[in-house]
Amino acid sequence: MDSFVEFDRAVAVLRLAGDCGMEDAPVLARELERLSATAPTEVRIDLNGAGAIDIGPAWLLHESLARWRAAGVDIAIEGPVPAHFEYFADLVARDDGAMPESGRRSIVARLAEVGRRLEERWHGWYEALVFGGHLLVSASTAWRTLKRMRIPSVVRHMHETGVQAIPVVAVIAFLISVISAYIGAQQLQPFGAEIFTVDLVAIGVLRELGVLLTAIMVAGRTGSAYAAELGVMKLNDEVDALESMGMNPYEVLVLPRVVALVLVLPLLTIVADAMGLLGGALLTTYLLELPWQQFVMRLDSAVGETTLWAGLVKAPVFGLLIALTGTLRGLQVRESSRELGRLTTVAVVQSIFLVIFADAIFAIFFLEIDF
Amino acid sequence: MSTPAPLISVRGVVNRFGSQVVHDGVSFEVLPGEVFGIVGGSGSGKSVLLRTMLGLRQPDAGTVEIEGRDITAMGDRELREVKRRYGVTFQHGALFTSLTVAENVTLPVAEALDLGEASLQKLLELRLRMVGLPLDASTKYPAQLSGGMVKRVALARALALDPVILFLDEPTAGLDPIAAASFDELVLYLRDTLGLTVVMVTHDLDTLARTCDRVAVLVDRKVIVDTLEGIVAHDHPWIRAYFHGERGRAIREAGEDHDGA
Repeated sequence: MDSFVEFDRAVAVLRLAGDCGMEDAPVLARELERLSATAPTEVRIDLNGAGAIDIGPAWLLHESLARWRAAGVDIAIEGPVPAHFEYFADLVARDDGAMPESGRRSIVARLAEVGRRLEERWHGWYEALVFGGHLLVSASTAWRTLKRMRIPSVVRHMHETGVQAIPVVAVIAFLISVISAYIGAQQLQPFGAEIFTVDLVAIGVLRELGVLLTAIMVAGRTGSAYAAELGVMKLNDEVDALESMGMNPYEVLVLPRVVALVLVLPLLTIVADAMGLLGGALLTTYLLELPWQQFVMRLDSAVGETTLWAGLVKAPVFGLLIALTGTLRGLQVRESSRELGRLTTVAVVQSIFLVIFADAIFAIFFLEIDF
Repeated sequence: MSTPAPLISVRGVVNRFGSQVVHDGVSFEVLPGEVFGIVGGSGSGKSVLLRTMLGLRQPDAGTVEIEGRDITAMGDRELREVKRRYGVTFQHGALFTSLTVAENVTLPVAEALDLGEASLQKLLELRLRMVGLPLDASTKYPAQLSGGMVKRVALARALALDPVILFLDEPTAGLDPIAAASFDELVLYLRDTLGLTVVMVTHDLDTLARTCDRVAVLVDRKVIVDTLEGIVAHDHPWIRAYFHGERGRAIREAGEDHDGA
């Protein structure tokens, strides 16, 4: 398509030539804008050379003409009027309302937005409360009959979240303890106190690192899986389907996942602890040339009665936090795939945050009771 | 009567999944300006045929020509040009759930053409008006829309680049009869005023009776093409069961009307 804008004294002339398809719309739009910018008092549209004009570009022309006409500009169309103008007259005659205002939002709209966000937050807490209540109720009833505990489902989730996580948890625990032993040995050697590397690794791994790393790994692995699984089920109306069949989704979907993770996390922690100690032992044997018998003896004196338990006792709590966050966020998914992505992310971030926060509280608590 | 050059011609298309043959030499032509229906039982390969016609699936044999150009034997760049000539609506709307109605409808335009925000808004208004959507729906998200509105937004998006051909996959599935009827009317109106060619896959016998000029029936891995009356009168057992079953009343009545005329 060719189009020209000419200025003949005070009269602006827009001349279209050839077919004008949708791909010519940008050119036409620019020409129309250029013409508008001059604030003409008289516009002449020359369509004598024009061929077929598609609906899109014809509409752009139509709307510009309407705007000029409203501004009191004299308009003359030469040549055949585009075929679609009649159709446009039909369209505009129908009452479809007005386009919503875009652009700057008023202060009231902004305040309303803040209010909406606040209410959403509040509603989120309320939902979490309702969720907790439902879970407690279904847990207390399920406790009585073994069937309602859904053992096969629990076992499946234990397999997926526990057994399948062993390799990655083992490797991470091993590497982290090697790294911390290496740094410890380097710092302690100048003082001739390298034997305390064993204490560092043993206490560090058993009390904190083993359980914390496991929990963070599981939060990333399982927290996201729980949220995504339940979220997709929610989007597919599977949760409604369960409910319509008289099954309690908290009992069928949430409880087995929570129980599985509470059981599995301590077991994974034991794996992490063992691998951590193995890593420490290897490093001290090779780097400090400490015979492994001595490592074992030192370990025996470094580790108190409570050291192992101080780590292990936290594991079920962390498991509970991760499972609750994941399932809650999953069930909050509604409407769109974007929600699913957002809430899965939220599930992971929040469960890691909660785990670390709970760990801090445990640390203070253990300090107070001298555990 | 001289027949105009076909807009789409499907010639000897064969589609196979492993050893299972879905289409075994399917041939038909779609003429400009007609509403062409495709029907068939579940699993008869309607969607596969549609995907083949859209160039989303390479047939195992045969050719598909759109406006005289064989889309089974062209490169990605050419195919992209052909794709600009048609618009598609999918069965469940396939709106992007994370985008608003406005963003959904303007997406293909903004991708393809270098247009300013003001022009995009103008074109958005046009498409919404064309499909009869209230303009204030543009800020809503797909999840906030009713089934009928989702189909209309999908149609608006399909119309965004002024296509020559519209492919509609089950356009009235899941709509109440009133919404379905008004959607049919919309399709006919667009065909009549804009001269669009429409190819629709449908199970809705009412839609078929109201809108389609010719119908292709997929049976026994082949296709039978005729006008609706011709198809209804066909003596293939499946076609008889399809149109003469309890649910085929509307079609029969339509057929009788034609017989009487």
